[in-house]
Amino acid sequence: MAQPYVKKDDDHDDELEYSPFMGIEKGAVLQEARVFNDAQVDPRRCSQVITKLLYLLNQGESFTKNEATEVFFSVTKLFQSKDTGLRRMVYLIIKELSPSSDEVIIVTSSLMKDMNSKIDMYRANAIRVLCRIIDGTLLTQIERYLKQAIVDKNPVVSSAALVSGLHLLKTNPEIVKRWSNEVQEGVQSRSALVQFHALALLHQIRQNDRLAVSKLVGSLTRGSVRSPLAQCLLIRYTSQVIRDMSNHGQSGERPFYEFLESCLRHKAEMVILEAARAITELDGVTSRELTPAITVLQLFLSSPRPVLRFAAVRTLNKVAMTHPMAVTNCNIDMESLISDQNRSIATLAITTLLKTGNESSVERLMKQITNFMSDIADEFKIVVVEAIRSLCVKFPLKYRSLMTFLSNILREEGGFEYKRAIVDSIVTIIRDIPDAKESGLLHLCEFIEDCEFTYLSTQILHFLGIEGPNTSDPSKYIRYIYNRVHLENATVRAAAVSTLAKFGFMVESLKPRITILLKRCIYDSDDEVRDRATLFLSVLGGDGTIDTEKDSKEFLFGSLEVPLVNMETSLKNYDPSEEAFDINSVPREVKSQPLAEKKAQGKKPTGLGAPPAAPASGFDGYERLLSSIPEFAAFGKLFKSSSPVELTEAETEYAVNVVKHIFDNHVVFQYNCTNTIPEQLLERVNVIVDASEAEEFSELTSKALNSLPYDSPGQAFVAFEKPAGVPAVGKFSNTLTFVVKEVDPSTGEAEDDGVEDEYQLEDLEVVAADYMVKVSVSNFRNAWESMNEEDEHVDEYGLGQRETLGEAIKAVIDLLGMQPCEGTETIPSNARSHTCLLSGVYIGNVKVLVRAQFGMDSSREIAMKLAVRAEDVSVAEAIHEIVANG
Amino acid sequence: MELSPKVKNILLLDSEGKRIAAKYYSDDWPTNTAKEAYEKAVFSKTKKTNARTEVEVTALENNIIVYKFVQDLHFFVTGGEEENELILASVLQGLFDAVNLLLRGNVDKREALDNLDLIFLCFDEIIDGGIVLETDANVIAEKAGINSIDPNALLSEQTISQALATAREHLTRSLLK
Repeated sequence: MAQPYVKKDDDHDDELEYSPFMGIEKGAVLQEARVFNDAQVDPRRCSQVITKLLYLLNQGESFTKNEATEVFFSVTKLFQSKDTGLRRMVYLIIKELSPSSDEVIIVTSSLMKDMNSKIDMYRANAIRVLCRIIDGTLLTQIERYLKQAIVDKNPVVSSAALVSGLHLLKTNPEIVKRWSNEVQEGVQSRSALVQFHALALLHQIRQNDRLAVSKLVGSLTRGSVRSPLAQCLLIRYTSQVIRDMSNHGQSGERPFYEFLESCLRHKAEMVILEAARAITELDGVTSRELTPAITVLQLFLSSPRPVLRFAAVRTLNKVAMTHPMAVTNCNIDMESLISDQNRSIATLAITTLLKTGNESSVERLMKQITNFMSDIADEFKIVVVEAIRSLCVKFPLKYRSLMTFLSNILREEGGFEYKRAIVDSIVTIIRDIPDAKESGLLHLCEFIEDCEFTYLSTQILHFLGIEGPNTSDPSKYIRYIYNRVHLENATVRAAAVSTLAKFGFMVESLKPRITILLKRCIYDSDDEVRDRATLFLSVLGGDGTIDTEKDSKEFLFGSLEVPLVNMETSLKNYDPSEEAFDINSVPREVKSQPLAEKKAQGKKPTGLGAPPAAPASGFDGYERLLSSIPEFAAFGKLFKSSSPVELTEAETEYAVNVVKHIFDNHVVFQYNCTNTIPEQLLERVNVIVDASEAEEFSELTSKALNSLPYDSPGQAFVAFEKPAGVPAVGKFSNTLTFVVKEVDPSTGEAEDDGVEDEYQLEDLEVVAADYMVKVSVSNFRNAWESMNEEDEHVDEYGLGQRETLGEAIKAVIDLLGMQPCEGTETIPSNARSHTCLLSGVYIGNVKVLVRAQFGMDSSREIAMKLAVRAEDVSVAEAIHEIVANG
Repeated sequence: MELSPKVKNILLLDSEGKRIAAKYYSDDWPTNTAKEAYEKAVFSKTKKTNARTEVEVTALENNIIVYKFVQDLHFFVTGGEEENELILASVLQGLFDAVNLLLRGNVDKREALDNLDLIFLCFDEIIDGGIVLETDANVIAEKAGINSIDPNALLSEQTISQALATAREHLTRSLLK
């Protein structure tokens, strides 16, 4: 017994002590590299030194330019040795050193010699090295050899040339494209890998020619491709061709489906998987098409090889999102995977099951998951929690067991992201399932008793403040909230104070007691907490600072009506002065990135007049720009600026787009013009607007652009007067007038004489949506309920036939120009009904909320029920009018 | 659009997660720090698993990683999220078996470090710039293994008798397997 023990001990010591690279140092190795310069090369020694250099590079050490150059030069001397092993290492280190183009020349001749050597290994490797370091001009010199190499009888050489071709295609496509004949020959090769590499290269060469790719696929799917890798490629190309065909409106029997299906019976598993995946990812795949793919994946589920199980369950998981019914057959196999050793597989199995499970299996599933949760990592847990949330929305009746599960895992250890996922899920369930509210709130209360994350505590407190007062017994939450005031940091204490105030305001019976609690908070050590307590005490006391109940309610529960980003900018710009900060001065427009405006690439010296004003964009920019122009300064506050509308086709001589600025009494069109002709200078650029189809508008003034040199955008303006506060609409036709002067491109000097010319632009319309500002609300339900229900206007509309529901919804959103809330603008791809929530502010600062319910019948006819609430009844009517006319 | 299967990296780590050899073929990890962070994440995610009999697989940061362990060596091959994991597995298996052949069945950290040149050559023969070059372990080992550090090689190319000796060695090895 003693012997093995000692031996083991020895081994152990060795392990600690021994490494051929112990204490290795760059400087010393570079010194050692001088051995490359010896007259008599010692291949063994040199190989060792190269290995050390490679080791250093591999460990992340970097050589300076000089060091690399020096090593490179001495390595090139080793080409004189005929030792094959050393040569192999030389190839490797040259690739790692990636020499610069002037250094490459030194090895080119040696490598070219090797490229034509009798030894296959030399040929193959020399090609790979040379192609890695070469540039375009050298490439033309060796092109002949590469073409030869592609059809070399040795498959290793042939593969080396083809793979190099794949890399070179990125830098020198025109050269590689000339090799197609040779590459085509490679596709017929008997060597599996040559066939694979040749097919990849051939497809890359032809990829922009849809017809050629389709022909290639057509011929190969009939013939026999031997290599499994090549077969996988062919499947990928086939799916691409199928996609292209359906994009181009070819309908009927899906082409090549039979080929994909036949690949499911291939002997290589990688091909089977590739084909199964390709089928599941077909656009609008039918359940009949899916069945054979699901069947092979089901077989994979019980494979002893983890990779196969993983691949199968991962694919099924994706299928379950769109076709849950197709996957249910595999449920039994997947349930057994919950206990899989590989946790990635187990998690995927669970989430798939949660997507496909039916109501009766929920409880059994939850039981299995409970055992499983304790031994997986947070990132897996989050996936599971999210799956459970959607399950709960799907089966509201099962909320009890799901809520119990969530509250149990909420109590266990876990990181921030995980806890947040759980809290978010509970909140969603409380919102969607009224019955779950009380128990859910209590779970959250218990959680904040012992919550280490400030962010989550404040979020929960805020949520309690909104939901808590409407429960059957609001008083039971007070203890939890007031405990926070004692035990937490300032941020949480402040949030707790706000929440208490909300309870006090909403629940009359609690008011006196809450006032007492708040009074205790005014001695808090933190400013914010004291401020809030004082403020809320005066609100609750109703001592005259805030007049009516409505105002207090607005104050406590109203959402901030301006986007936070805008608020932040405005506050930063605010100079402390006697004048109080006015929240109404904060712009309400949700900033959207303006269309890619052609920005001047460094200002060209104009030599004439002042440099053009920098193209301003974004609401702030527009506001500043307009108020700086005296003619428009008197128009008052800018209500809205539209996003730029193109008035010219792309790539015309003059690019013009227009931004519509809406004021209460006026409309200003800002024409952003760009001159794309280097040989021209435009002067006195003006836009003549014909408003005969816009009766309510009358032209007031226009502001021409003095000079428009090449590629530096400038703006011309036209202002109209319109009846105050009225959402007037109309159509305007535009003509660009200007004086053209020839410019000598070499000197940049413009000629003195110009010619008058004009250029027809596309028509421009002012539509109802221009009078609507997108303003989001954070809690649509609260906002909706706070509006008067009697002012609600409801009507139904038929929207005619549409391809999808999403299309109809987008049309309505665009028509109204309102902000979709709570992500309701996105809908599942095959939904047949949907509710979309919109909010906005109509001209005259009237808040408008819209709840639009869409439904689609079997003949794709879409009906919409539109409910509008607005602060002004006439505006609600106006919205209906817009829809009725749109 | 490129549709060929792509390998993002090959890693060979020791039992503490330290890099023995690594080759990256994608720009996802531009610096050595990023590479080391990735290796650490991969190692800690997989170290408790038993990947000694079968190739195992996991997902990390939108990547699919297949891996296999032997003694104190951990082999990893990473590919993109959309990659066919069976292709990655065949690359890993090719690498694993080739290293096994080259190290004559003594696959551990010490042997690997002693023959690091062979390991580097092996990487070089399996993947070229992210493209699968060869997956057959015998072919890879043969291509990487022509490492005839032989004093005679100084004077001439390999003689016929040497070639025969090498062939014999190959044969016995494949018989012993």
